[in-house]
Amino acid sequence: MDNKNMKGWLYLLPAFLFLGVFMIYPLIDVFIYSFEEGYNSASQTFSGTGLYNYSYVLRDPYFLQAVKNTLILVAVTVPLSTGLALLISVALSSIKPLRDLFQTVYFLPYVTNTLAVGLVFMILFKKTAYSDGLVNILIQSFGGSSVDFIGGPYWAKMFVLCFYTVWVVMPFKILILTSALASVNQVYYNAARVDGTPRWRIFTRITLPMISPMLFYLVITGFIGAFKAYSDAVALFGTDLNAAEMNTIVGYVYDMLYGDSGGYPSYASAAAIILFAIVLTITCINLLVSKKHVHY
Amino acid sequence: MSKITEYRRARRFSTIAIYTLLVLWGLIVLFPFYWMVLTSVKSYGSYNAEQIPSFFTFSPTLQNYVDAFTTVSLGRYLLNTLIFTLMTTAVMLVVITLAAFAFARLDFKGKNLVFTLFLSLMMIPNELVIITNFTTVTNLGMRNTFLGLILPSVTSVFYIYLLRENFAQIPDELYYAARVDGTSDLRYLRRVMIPICRPTLITITILKIIECWNSYVWPRLITDDPNYYLVSNGIQEIRENGFGRENIPAMMAAVVVISVPLIVLFLLFRRKVMEGVARGGTKG
Repeated sequence: MDNKNMKGWLYLLPAFLFLGVFMIYPLIDVFIYSFEEGYNSASQTFSGTGLYNYSYVLRDPYFLQAVKNTLILVAVTVPLSTGLALLISVALSSIKPLRDLFQTVYFLPYVTNTLAVGLVFMILFKKTAYSDGLVNILIQSFGGSSVDFIGGPYWAKMFVLCFYTVWVVMPFKILILTSALASVNQVYYNAARVDGTPRWRIFTRITLPMISPMLFYLVITGFIGAFKAYSDAVALFGTDLNAAEMNTIVGYVYDMLYGDSGGYPSYASAAAIILFAIVLTITCINLLVSKKHVHY
Repeated sequence: MSKITEYRRARRFSTIAIYTLLVLWGLIVLFPFYWMVLTSVKSYGSYNAEQIPSFFTFSPTLQNYVDAFTTVSLGRYLLNTLIFTLMTTAVMLVVITLAAFAFARLDFKGKNLVFTLFLSLMMIPNELVIITNFTTVTNLGMRNTFLGLILPSVTSVFYIYLLRENFAQIPDELYYAARVDGTSDLRYLRRVMIPICRPTLITITILKIIECWNSYVWPRLITDDPNYYLVSNGIQEIRENGFGRENIPAMMAAVVVISVPLIVLFLLFRRKVMEGVARGGTKG
């Protein structure tokens, strides 16, 4: 019997070791860090404990800028990408020819390196001394005036960031929604057709309720993902996000930890915990709302 | 009669609208890829001479690809990424297979408790633990080493869970029959369970490869020696220091080289990738 117990633990040992060192211990440690005031990473000493790190972070203009950017990004991209993905998925599932081709094409952004393709977006939107960039030339041909989307006004930079984020997250959403649509039982549709129900009514009364769990899953993962945005911004604006006014909360955490402004793990920990608290709160609110509106 | 033609007309109109939407989104998705390939075959001189960028080129050149491999260490970045991806994926497969086997097949004290603990770990965001991991790896002197890059990402609670669910579907009778024949647990795992669950294992492998190839945050924290850069950091380095900032065609050549392996992998295993992602992938 003892032998049997030993064996089970032996098989689990590697996973347990790695998770212990790189997940469970850090999870406890990050809270400890966040309460240690005046931590010095060179000597690994601290001068006291308390909430100073949190109050420092919450008053840091860079952090407030990062929170603002992240909130705008979340508020714009989550509804926009989910709605667009729903539209495209419904369109996709109503056709037969070319559906496979479209699906394959739409999935491509998922398998590309965010940093690498971000460079292409930067070139398309950037205004340089030589050329206004393709997007600006398009704008001009419609009679507008050109803007530097990468180094110009705040709204223009935010627009590119949102656009690129939507481009990156769409494959996952389209994939989930098309498979959700495909799994709706045809019997419902046939019954509605016999009754002569108009298409729009079929959509709002049958399709939407049937796929609402998946739609809801996408909203939650979308919120979580958008709150953790970081590498998209780096891809477009470079590593010095504070200078570009385009930092995100996660970017702030990493900047505090490492790089030119780094060396402050305590501030980084406090910011990470604040982020985690925000995400947790919003997920809980989402879950409460879903209880009312999602049909299972 | 007129009602039917009206219906047909409405139907045709909606078909046209649907295809317009689909083609439009297809173009938005494909255009950046087209642009990067196009720019990468334009020569440096002709690219910079274009006030208005042209949509095609009559004199494609491969010089930019040569530059990408000779003036910056793109080859080195690719090799590093390949080593990192293969090692991480291989070690992870061993770790998660053993753990999933223990959870699905073996009986031991505290199994359910540990499994619940594992599941609850799925909710922990990476951002929360990365700070301490950075300190840990730095203190162990493993910055700028492959070990430091690989170790934190060789376990995935989610993949353990996925594999355990798959293992648990294999009927118990097979196991007891094997035991009667005197087959050891490890041999049973190798000869029976792994072959039966090969589709899931392949899916996990592909998803992990995609994740490794694109990983950026951890490698950036843990490496500052360009000899250990992965492609994501490499492309950032190329953008900020390589080629001279204006050599965009060479930069695009590097972007194409970095993007092609995963696109080929995806086209080869299209169904597997999409199924796998639908079952449990998220971007990020």
